[in-house]
Amino acid sequence: MSAPLLAVENIGRRFGGFVALEGVTAAFEPNKVTAIIGPNGAGKSTFFNLLSGVLAPSAGTIRFKQRDITGTPQHRFVHLGIARSYQITNIFPELSVHENVRVAAQAFRTRYDIWRARAAMSELDERADAALAAVGLLGRRTTTAKFLAHGQQRALEIAIALVAAPELLLLDEPTAGMGPEETRDMVALIEKLAADRTILLVEHKMKMILGLSDRILVLHHGRLIADGDPCHIQSDPEVRRVYLGQNDGYA
Amino acid sequence: MTASVHSVAEVMAGPAGRRGWRERLARWRVPLSVLVLCLLPWVLPSQALAVNVLIYGLLAVGYNLLFGYTGMLSFGHAAFFGAGAYATGIGIGQFGLPWFAAIGYGMLAGGALAFVVGLLAIRTRGIYFSMVTLALAQLVYYTALQATSITGGENGLRGFTLARIDLFGWSIDFLDPVKKYYVLMVFAALALWFVSRILNSPFGAVIEAIRENETRARACGYDVERSKVMSFTLSGLVCALAGALFALHLAIVPLDILGIQTSGMIVMMTLLGGAGSFFGPFVGALAFLLMEDVVSLWTPHWQIVVGTVFILFVLFLPKGIWGTLLAWRAGR
Ligand SMILES: Nc1ncnc2c1ncn2[C@@H]1O[C@H](COP(=O)(O)OP(=O)(O)OP(=O)(O)O)[C@@H](O)[C@H]1O
Ligand SMILES: [Mg+2]
Repeated sequence: MSAPLLAVENIGRRFGGFVALEGVTAAFEPNKVTAIIGPNGAGKSTFFNLLSGVLAPSAGTIRFKQRDITGTPQHRFVHLGIARSYQITNIFPELSVHENVRVAAQAFRTRYDIWRARAAMSELDERADAALAAVGLLGRRTTTAKFLAHGQQRALEIAIALVAAPELLLLDEPTAGMGPEETRDMVALIEKLAADRTILLVEHKMKMILGLSDRILVLHHGRLIADGDPCHIQSDPEVRRVYLGQNDGYA
Repeated sequence: MTASVHSVAEVMAGPAGRRGWRERLARWRVPLSVLVLCLLPWVLPSQALAVNVLIYGLLAVGYNLLFGYTGMLSFGHAAFFGAGAYATGIGIGQFGLPWFAAIGYGMLAGGALAFVVGLLAIRTRGIYFSMVTLALAQLVYYTALQATSITGGENGLRGFTLARIDLFGWSIDFLDPVKKYYVLMVFAALALWFVSRILNSPFGAVIEAIRENETRARACGYDVERSKVMSFTLSGLVCALAGALFALHLAIVPLDILGIQTSGMIVMMTLLGGAGSFFGPFVGALAFLLMEDVVSLWTPHWQIVVGTVFILFVLFLPKGIWGTLLAWRAGR
């Protein structure tokens, strides 16, 4: 196994007395797609929030490229090479599609400059348009983001993450609320992005996960109950009991 | 997610015409503002009104940087306006500074105060942020009230009248209202240019992103807290300049300037004209002061009328006068 891009050791998170995540240890190799699954409230989003600095872990360490990044402020994460999308669409609704991505690109060039004209920084336009082209939204670049269809807004959020050229991309239910057609487009996009990137993915749609992922982690009540390749996970009795066995339409 | 059917060139051109006039307006906004300010004393009913529009307009422009563009509702901006005014008066009257150095001193004092207040207030959000700014501004008010030996307490600050000012070997009669107006206008014009640059700068994009979606801005790699403090300080700096001009204009600083009514008036002017637009605050200051001027001719209770108009605007035209005009023009 090559050196892991990301390694978490015994990480956990409590909210008051409630344990949302506990004792999760895992290492992630570069350029693989790993799915995180589990019933509602299992701690999947909490896990992502720890990996992207939104929340600090109450226990354990996070290493990214061998470096301990536990406790790093959230705004540093994207500069380290970790970008994410959220379970609930998180974009700049009143800005144009192009401006959404451009302002994300600008963070890597300048953040506090009050003097120069930002319009003159044309390489930001190019970077933004390249990210928009990658998700198929270049044709909508002047549209105000809030007027995009739901699926397009989700794609825009991925473009915002992509413009950071992240080595690790965290996608929290990228197909949430999408119909079959939009889901198919999103799967194709994730497959394309997976070619040269490490992706962690929270999803409920089992068919999609089995097709996409190299590995699956199963969370239940905040604990990691299984970790392995898709066939192994499918036949794991514990997983079948808590998750697949529910027969809630996902399986 | 559908494949792009537009060519890049076609896409880059954008919907021509409709955006065109807005961009032209944005490009010429500083010269246009200066032109209007030059004409103001000749088109308004009185010179006194013109100089008030100039000063309060600039004050609202400074406030708009924080409220309209960064999305933070401060109820304490009287503190920075007042600090600028007091420090300028004290600089001239007690330290014997030349008038232009006193303006710089006023800005420094107001900017430093804004930095400290900003640092404390940005730990909170929403209504709590507004309340913290209000409380800290009240603290400044009571400090000025108590420090009678420096500020003159309830009587206000006096004793720094400028009869003449010297500029590059010229001696200008500062008691002549027209000459005074144009001297003050030069500073207001420079400040407008400065604010316009900030709005066009990369930092201008950052504060708008924070206004739109703070969590997303943070995830995009921006230090939101630091950017907020910076925006707060820059806003305070511009408001302090307005205060300095106010002190030079009146040659006295009344204690009221630090009061809660002043903070409220700043918010009202900005909302009335249109928060988040470049011209809005000036339009709001003009409308507010014009209403006061006209209505107070036939009733001493002009505040009831102005207040009613303000409430009607908030309820039915939340974009303010200028914002509504822009939206109406864009919608056609
Ligand atoms: N900020 C918070 N404060 C308190 N409790 C929280 C917080 N965030 C999450 N929780 C709780 O932690 C548990 C795990 O939540 P989390 O969002 O990680 O679940 P999830 O696996 O993503 O579920 P879903 O599939 O519904 O998205 C839930 O019981 C939730 O109520
Ligand atoms: Mg979740």
